Amino acid sequence: MSGNGGTTTTPDTTSTANGTEPTMTDGTIATVPAEATPAAPPAGYRLEGVTKQYQQKGRAVTALKGVDLVIGAGEHIAVQGQTGGGKSTLLQMLGALDRPTSGRIALGDAEISHAKDGELTKLRAERIGFVFQNFNLIPTLSAQENVEAALAPLGVPAEERRNRAAAALASVGLADRGAHLPAELSGGQQQRVAIARAIVKNPAVLLADEPTGALDEETRDEIMALLERLRDERGLTLIVVTHDSAVAKRADRRLYIKAGVVTER
Amino acid sequence: MFTTFLRRELAGRRRQTVIIALGTALAIALVILVNSVSTGVKDAQASVLESVYGVGTDLTVTGAPAEPGQGGGPGRFEFGADQGETTDDGSTEVSTSRLTTGFSTSTFEDSAIDTVLGVDGVSAASGYLELTNTTFDGELPDFSQMQQGEQQTGGGGTTGGGQQPPTGGFDGAGGSAFDVNSFSVIGLDPGAATAGPLSAVSLTDGRAFESGDTGTDVAILDASYATTAELAVGDTIDVGGSDFEVVGIVESTSADAETAANVYIPLDVAQTLSGNEGLISTLSVSAGSAADIDAIQAGIEAALPDLTVSTQADLAANVSGSLGSASTLISSLGLWLSIAVLVAAFLIAILLTVQSVSRRTREFGTLKAIGWRNRRIVGQVAGESLVQGLIGGVVGLALGLIGILVVNLVSPTLGGTTGGSGFDFGGQGGGGQTGGQGGDAGQMMGGGGGPFGQAGGGSTTTEVVLHAPITPSVILLAIGIAVLGGLLAGAIGGWRASRLRPAEALRSLA
Ligand SMILES: Nc1ncnc2c1ncn2[C@@H]1O[C@H](COP(=O)(O)OP(=O)(O)O)[C@@H](O)[C@H]1O
Ligand SMILES: [Mg+2]
Repeated sequence: MSGNGGTTTTPDTTSTANGTEPTMTDGTIATVPAEATPAAPPAGYRLEGVTKQYQQKGRAVTALKGVDLVIGAGEHIAVQGQTGGGKSTLLQMLGALDRPTSGRIALGDAEISHAKDGELTKLRAERIGFVFQNFNLIPTLSAQENVEAALAPLGVPAEERRNRAAAALASVGLADRGAHLPAELSGGQQQRVAIARAIVKNPAVLLADEPTGALDEETRDEIMALLERLRDERGLTLIVVTHDSAVAKRADRRLYIKAGVVTER
Repeated sequence: MFTTFLRRELAGRRRQTVIIALGTALAIALVILVNSVSTGVKDAQASVLESVYGVGTDLTVTGAPAEPGQGGGPGRFEFGADQGETTDDGSTEVSTSRLTTGFSTSTFEDSAIDTVLGVDGVSAASGYLELTNTTFDGELPDFSQMQQGEQQTGGGGTTGGGQQPPTGGFDGAGGSAFDVNSFSVIGLDPGAATAGPLSAVSLTDGRAFESGDTGTDVAILDASYATTAELAVGDTIDVGGSDFEVVGIVESTSADAETAANVYIPLDVAQTLSGNEGLISTLSVSAGSAADIDAIQAGIEAALPDLTVSTQADLAANVSGSLGSASTLISSLGLWLSIAVLVAAFLIAILLTVQSVSRRTREFGTLKAIGWRNRRIVGQVAGESLVQGLIGGVVGLALGLIGILVVNLVSPTLGGTTGGSGFDFGGQGGGGQTGGQGGDAGQMMGGGGGPFGQAGGGSTTTEVVLHAPITPSVILLAIGIAVLGGLLAGAIGGWRASRLRPAEALRSLA
């Protein structure tokens, strides 16, 4: 299943276990080829009075309190705030992982707040790409297979799946790492595999929860540069939850969330 | 994707795969072995019953168990002056044999045969008479002393319903010695050899009975008895004081079993010699259809209320000895042990699968977050469990077959004793030598004639080698258990995975 001869080494792969990434020169970045499945059209979000409550030991915890928000297609948004403020909860609502207790959320023309589970799953499979703080790669699958896993629910034929996964890996600078298991890759490389997995489906939005939280500063900048480049190339809406001001500064808009209330600076 | 992921997971989590597969394998191996051995024990029981009652016997009819001491015909050896010859030193050599029914054998009118044939569903019925021939060879010191002895022991020869052989050496004087030998005899209708004891035998020499043998002194011998007694076709054998010509030798068709009796003679001759005119002790009944057996049993019981009607199943329940123990062991301990191990293996598989699903919470959450449907995730978990179960099934089948091979290589011998049938068996070794003190003579006879005395209880012991068969059903059983275990663990694990929220993917590690 490793489609592109991932064991060949190239001169620029000088990464080590401590997470130092190879510098990405223009030469190593492959332009994503035209694909059979057209990219999802860019889409923004519209949130009206979004409230999310959790039941915790019989007590109701309100993680989001009447959030009103409009995010334009192709915007780069940073979400900051204290731990427990509701950042992850907001990302769950935006990512169609869960429905709000009340209020409405729409991604483009798709209503999230009242969709059935199956519709949310379909929405996630087709239009939403996730990047996680701890990469969340499947440990038993190779890099190539991890990326292909995102295409499995779309019913993409095996050969096209291989080609698209290889192209996505190439576009994050890991053309030669397809056959490696996650444990054989550095943190920065694993996050790049995860980014390849998020973009291989050509999503409308890319949601990242602390994507650089587990990485050193140099790697952090590379990952942010990569995310920004992908947004520019593909017109993705990019929403990044972060603790890190250096990361937040790169965004078009910065949102602060405290005790479930969102403010903008 | 499904097979790739499946392969990667099974290989990547090898320890869990090995534990689950091995647990399932052990359980399956045990179930296979117990199943096969229990089939073997049942076969052994069937062959014991077959050798005793014959093939095609669906029911047997016997008299009600006799009261002790009421057993057979005349129980005394009578020594007249015309028997034996007096030697120079005044002692008398005596050789005499008597044909009697066994201690607990009770007889009934042979008109029962016609009654039974009249019962609906009965296709054949043949009656026979089970007897014991006891041969006494001895030397009496003096005829006058003999009479004195009889007075002293109070007619001890009649106690025990005729099984008690005469005692000797009452005066304690040297030179009196007795040999008491016995063998079992069955008198049967020479024209009806297709049902009853001789239907489970094959002729090794001479000829079988034919209708014309009725009323003649001809005998057919069991092959192993013939060997022991050094008799062959054409020889004569003393049965009940008459000389019988040996016309045939038979052996059991079931490999290691002996036939029902040592000597077979025509029924009418047996009846006359043993003083049981018009009486038989057992009736073999064949049913037209196996489905009718219960109805036939009820019909015969109604027509002949004084007699006992037993089906093959009733008889099998009476097979005792090591075979009976093996049967009990297998059906109780073996069954419960395999159930316990099976339950344990299933529990281990379920627990490990559930544990693995919990450990993979983030993984499944992530897959759901990137758009995997529940169905795909449940299928993945169930597929993994099923393959683990099937690996266990293949290994377990191999282990089980090895176990069966080991059992068959060891081939343990089981002795089966059918109780209460009224046969005297294994008596040929029972020779009591008395030459001791007068007062102890009776007890010594009891001791010396040990096997003979036990045989008087009316039982038949047959040695059978246990063979555990390998049947296609064993393989189906293994696959069935493997699939069942895999599906069970997979269903529970998959259900747990399906209930995970996709938001679990975003949960921080700490
Ligand atoms: N699944 C859940 N069940 C109960 N309470 C939750 C759950 N997820 C989050 N919360 C609560 O909601 C609040 C917001 O949490 P979260 O969105 O994770 O904050 P952040 O990501 O900003 O640290 C916290 O008080 C947290 O305890
Ligand atoms: Mg959080």
